[in-house]
Amino acid sequence: MKAVSHLSDSQTAPSPFDVTRVREDFPALRQKVHGKPLVYFDNGATSQKPQSVIDALARYYSAENSNIHRGVHYLSERATAAYEAARDKIRGFINAGSDKEIIFVRGTTEAINLVAQSYGRSFLKAGDEIVVSAMEHHSNIVPWQILCEQVGARLRVIPINHDGEIVMDEYRRLLNERTKFVSVTHVSNALGTIVPAKEIVALAHQQKIPVLLDGAQAVPHLKVDVQELGCDFYAFSGHKMFGPTGVGVLFGRQELLEKMPPYQGGGDMISLVTFEKTHYNVLPYKFEAGTPHIAGGIGLAAAIDYLGKLDWNQVSAHEHELLAYATEALAEIVPVRIIGTAKAKAGVLSFVIDHIHAHDVGTILDQEGVAVRAGHHCAMPVMQRFGVPATTRASFAFYNTKEEIDVMVRGLHRVLKVFG
Amino acid sequence: MAELDDLYQEVILDHNKSPRNYRPMANANRKAEGYNPLCGDHVTVYLHLKDGIIDDISFQGSGCAISKASASMMTSELKGKSAFAAQELFENVHKMLTGEANGENTADKVGKLVILSGVCKFPARVKCASLAWHTVNSALQGGDKVATTE
Repeated sequence: MKAVSHLSDSQTAPSPFDVTRVREDFPALRQKVHGKPLVYFDNGATSQKPQSVIDALARYYSAENSNIHRGVHYLSERATAAYEAARDKIRGFINAGSDKEIIFVRGTTEAINLVAQSYGRSFLKAGDEIVVSAMEHHSNIVPWQILCEQVGARLRVIPINHDGEIVMDEYRRLLNERTKFVSVTHVSNALGTIVPAKEIVALAHQQKIPVLLDGAQAVPHLKVDVQELGCDFYAFSGHKMFGPTGVGVLFGRQELLEKMPPYQGGGDMISLVTFEKTHYNVLPYKFEAGTPHIAGGIGLAAAIDYLGKLDWNQVSAHEHELLAYATEALAEIVPVRIIGTAKAKAGVLSFVIDHIHAHDVGTILDQEGVAVRAGHHCAMPVMQRFGVPATTRASFAFYNTKEEIDVMVRGLHRVLKVFG
Repeated sequence: MAELDDLYQEVILDHNKSPRNYRPMANANRKAEGYNPLCGDHVTVYLHLKDGIIDDISFQGSGCAISKASASMMTSELKGKSAFAAQELFENVHKMLTGEANGENTADKVGKLVILSGVCKFPARVKCASLAWHTVNSALQGGDKVATTE
């Protein structure tokens, strides 16, 4: 570690963001795949974890492991304190008003299902409309379809233009007195589009329609402030923002959470149980039945601590540069077509190559050590919109480098040679 | 890169570029659709069975080079074979693709299709190569259900 920082100190023109130094924090990046250094461009699927997150998990299981909210003993108190401190850290991370608005879940998918089943089943009825966009992940489509079948509501879809941007005029047109919920992504996982979330929320609120934002792909790239966005619900996963798998967060405005029924029943979500009647616990515990992923919550807090030590302006500038560099490099390869060319984009480069299927591209890149995602990215309607069966997706994190993009470009030339 | 060369051999690339029997069949008396939910690849296999013999076979669909080449080679291989022989071949090809054949007499059992044996070193691609075979199997069994690789 010392040698590295010494090296960067002695550089004549130090990079504004010391990516070499940052990469040292991620042990998984230091490995070879098929004899080549790993180039990890599948961050949209899941990100790698800094050593501090891995250490936090190990520390919890080695020294603090105990169940929370029930033991009078020392370890249980320590585990409870660590878990609740994690909740408060998450509250600060997205600038929510209260810890009561931070509900631990398994991930974004569970968060959206919770809202669809708890809020949706209580407050939507036959004939009501739910609005989503044409670039949603399946996890922001299917829970609403299930709800529609249950209550007789109808799903309406905001179209996207050829660049992969939401057509705001169409959105305005879709909102009407039957619209009872809006649920859109903040950043598209398949296209990288940054959605004008604040405007979408404001337009819905003019008609008193609650809005959920799917922030799974936003939190690793953007500073998120739920109060500034004004959204009613915000969902995200820990593992895409350098934290552990199996833990995620639902932010919900207290006023709405208070009137929603529990999503699951069990331990921890009750205050009094008799066979005649059960009284539910207060927020946020009302929505947290059973023993949660305690280590996961603590690990997620460690990820937030890690991100807090980075200069976010530098991170943004570096990521922006990576995306611009990769976009330019791919544009030079003639048979490559980039899917998703929105003006505002974060971290994702989806593309197709004429007559060559994404799976073949993925396999050949893998042989060069480059990990990309090939397929429909759990967003089949997006693929249909662009008339392609699948795309190859390179998704970046701040620990990626221009040199890695060069490796991918060389790999793509090899793809063209194989299929030449 | 030897393994990659095993996967993308000339013959496979050729079948991908110019798939054989790639057409719908108006007089098909058996038809099945295959679908790989993981990647969205799909294939339709058409059969014309006459007295237990595959009189004609064709396919259509979209997928990667491996799935297209595998389907193309399959149709070439199955034309003129009995339904019974086709099912036997399906089992042997499946064993080869999943690495269960252990290389023993594979060429004797699957003939020219041995060229697809490189796939077993790419676990993520086994389903690409087996999709058309699952589909033809389902067509031979006469079911209307969609075959999947799952």
